[in-house]
Amino acid sequence: MVGIVGYGAHIPRHRIKVEEIAKVWGADAPSYKRGLELREKSVPPPDVDTITLSVEASKRALKRAGIAGDKLGAVYIGSESHPYAVKPSGTTVAEALGAVPDCHCADYEFACKAGSEAMFVCLGLVKAGYIEYGLAIGGDTSQGAPSDALEYSASAGAAAFIMGAKGIVAELEFEHSYMTDTPDFWRREHEFYPQHAGRFTGEPAYFKHILGAGKALLKKAGAEPGDFQYCVFHQPNGKFPMRVGKMLGFTREQNLTGWLVPTLGNTYSGASPIGLTAILDIAKPGDRIFMVSYGSGAGSDGFIWKCTNRLAEVQDLATKTRTLLDERLVYIDYGTYAKYRGKILKNY
Amino acid sequence: MFPARYAREMPHRYRLEAHKCKTCGKAFIPRRQKCDKCGATDFEIIKLSDRCRLVTYTIIHIPASQFKDQSPYALGICEFPEGVRLTAQVADIEFDEIKTGMELQVEFRRIQTDGPAGILAYGYKFVPVM
Amino acid sequence: MKDVAVIGVGMQRWGELWDKSLRDIFVESALLALADTKVDKLDNMFIGCMSSGLFVGQEHIGSVMADYLGQRHLAAGRVESACASGGLAFRCALVEVASGMSDVVLAGGVEKMTDTSGDGATYALASAADHEYEVYNGATFPGLYALMARAHMEKYGTTRDQLAHVAVKNHKNGAKNPNAQYPFEITLEQVKSSVMIAEPLRILDCSPITDGAAAVILCPLEMAKKFTSKPLVKVTGSGQATDTIALHTREDLTTIASTTEAAKKAFAMAGKKPEDIDLAEVHDCFTIAEIIVSESLGFFAAGQGGPAVEAGETAIGGRIPINPSGGLKSKGHPVGATGIAQIYEIVKQLRGEAEKRQVENARVCLAQNMGGSGGSTLVHILEVV
Repeated sequence: MVGIVGYGAHIPRHRIKVEEIAKVWGADAPSYKRGLELREKSVPPPDVDTITLSVEASKRALKRAGIAGDKLGAVYIGSESHPYAVKPSGTTVAEALGAVPDCHCADYEFACKAGSEAMFVCLGLVKAGYIEYGLAIGGDTSQGAPSDALEYSASAGAAAFIMGAKGIVAELEFEHSYMTDTPDFWRREHEFYPQHAGRFTGEPAYFKHILGAGKALLKKAGAEPGDFQYCVFHQPNGKFPMRVGKMLGFTREQNLTGWLVPTLGNTYSGASPIGLTAILDIAKPGDRIFMVSYGSGAGSDGFIWKCTNRLAEVQDLATKTRTLLDERLVYIDYGTYAKYRGKILKNY
Repeated sequence: MFPARYAREMPHRYRLEAHKCKTCGKAFIPRRQKCDKCGATDFEIIKLSDRCRLVTYTIIHIPASQFKDQSPYALGICEFPEGVRLTAQVADIEFDEIKTGMELQVEFRRIQTDGPAGILAYGYKFVPVM
Repeated sequence: MKDVAVIGVGMQRWGELWDKSLRDIFVESALLALADTKVDKLDNMFIGCMSSGLFVGQEHIGSVMADYLGQRHLAAGRVESACASGGLAFRCALVEVASGMSDVVLAGGVEKMTDTSGDGATYALASAADHEYEVYNGATFPGLYALMARAHMEKYGTTRDQLAHVAVKNHKNGAKNPNAQYPFEITLEQVKSSVMIAEPLRILDCSPITDGAAAVILCPLEMAKKFTSKPLVKVTGSGQATDTIALHTREDLTTIASTTEAAKKAFAMAGKKPEDIDLAEVHDCFTIAEIIVSESLGFFAAGQGGPAVEAGETAIGGRIPINPSGGLKSKGHPVGATGIAQIYEIVKQLRGEAEKRQVENARVCLAQNMGGSGGSTLVHILEVV
């Protein structure tokens, strides 16, 4: 038996509303809000990046796991906004947590599913007996190109999971990965912003892979949507995860707890992982959670989790995700947002 | 910011590791070779708590060049239960909410960036307790 | 130890001296000091300079200045204690003469701060603070003094107005100083509405960036009449002390312990007490610094420095005039030169040569020169013989 032993998230306090972005580009805010089912997104200030978000999320995970940083056998961060192009985010996080030096470290990338990949690998290493505890983080501070549809949703956040075989709070029951070469969204080296293929990112990309992984997962588990208390899917906007959940047979109620995107935005590699932490914050022992991530390029990682008695003992040990989402928010204007995100040209 | 100088300070900046005098118990960040209270030279490594108390603060409007984009920002001296005091920015709080004596906690943040091509330098800032 | 006299002083008008290089400025003031005496050949020279290396890229200025002063093979070197470099140069010269090692010694100070950008100057000045544990996290010089200001204001009720009174008083004095960078008066309202630098300190609470130099010449008292016919000035007290480099490791943020310790030694050596001092030149790098220093020196009880300046006790004509020269605020603060310029002013006062700034019956004077946020202090007491 392997699973999640500790978990935690971190989200910056700053928010920008859809209206604020739409105003600058002359776009129709109400129709964006309707179309994306999104009201506002988180914005990282200049002193917050994937590494700092990962450190804080991991500290919460360690508190809930009840272990010290030096017990970690692996530290993996999945992101599409690693602060360096060459130099791992993982080493700084491992150093900050005291996991160095006897620890495996690697950075992962696969668009928005880089976080769930890290989770997949950690679980495997624990199961194989190579490590006792592994830290898997999904986090991003992704950029949306100005005036592009993605600018309304690209946001910042991270979730951290410590995988192990002892002290499990959510057991891994089944997993399945599904992947093809589908160029729906990409960024070339040296480009600042990504490109995407418009409507091609929907049915042939997002839906095809989540449905592919989701259906295979249900079949593997011999389960039906009604067997689960919660589901959580990759959430690039408010509409997609609700629609794919419905297509798989889940209800809106099952989807709601992990559905954070309307006020968080799309945290890319953090999306379904942070959604999972929000569910774990309130789930009860015995609850089953159905999770499928999605990363452009494209692929999905699916997991079925079953909550244990120990979950109830750890939920209050660190700040809950809903608190990070709802409390002490600072709303900023587009100028401040552009300054924070480095979108203003300067001479160095 | 040359990497060698930066890497050396990681235990203090990343993990708040302090050196505690084995003879009189005074704690120091950064490490010392000689205790300035009792003169002993034998230390053990401890980690500071992540909660601290604000001793005094200011709001900096005109900063040094590497902090220009962050201006204005709050800078404060905080005291830790272990008796150590540190100087760092106070972040994630409205200036008029900052009060001498308030409790704050430590958060890992990016402190400086060495231009578009140099290394990224991390460390600690003080934030409201959540 | 011999008795030591200051026999000559020299300084030029301070400011942004675009036409003059580091060596031009120093040599100019040194020649003025020499011209104030009958001295021909020096035996030794100490130059206080915080960082000619960071400001203009020139180290080894002992060699440079001896060369350009025309004193071939003169024993000369630079000494450094951040903003107290001038005071340290004076003490080194004092000890050199008092010990009998040399007879005629020049103590000079110089800083050329405008050969670099504003950012470059800020960077160089910040090297007086704790580079890794204060500056790395975003502390600036005004920021460190602002931390002390808030602590002092919260503990003692020192007010924003009282800080402004320091700047107003010093400008009033500096307006009478032909060498001052800013020889004009300012008002309380101007101070309180000037650009905010680090709360509560505004730009008119802060000393400026300045180019300038000053030089004084010392010799054994017994030899002084050979070189000058002006009233003789004797150095009766000298004290030096340090405190921790980082503000957060100090015992008390509302006092400057290095100043108290240095002053203790100087008073003891001179056989004097704070009440015996007729005027003082102190290190008002920021308005709050003058208030705290006036308490740390023992002129006022803890917390009373603010009310004292507001009541006019430290004005020329007040109970204990502080900074009749205009202080760092109005005269300027070419870092390494400041400590020597304090001696210049004191000698002028003791000789009765201070013109419109003259303090009546000035017989025992004190100079307090401080480095960084109080990491080092030099205190000297001089008396007319």
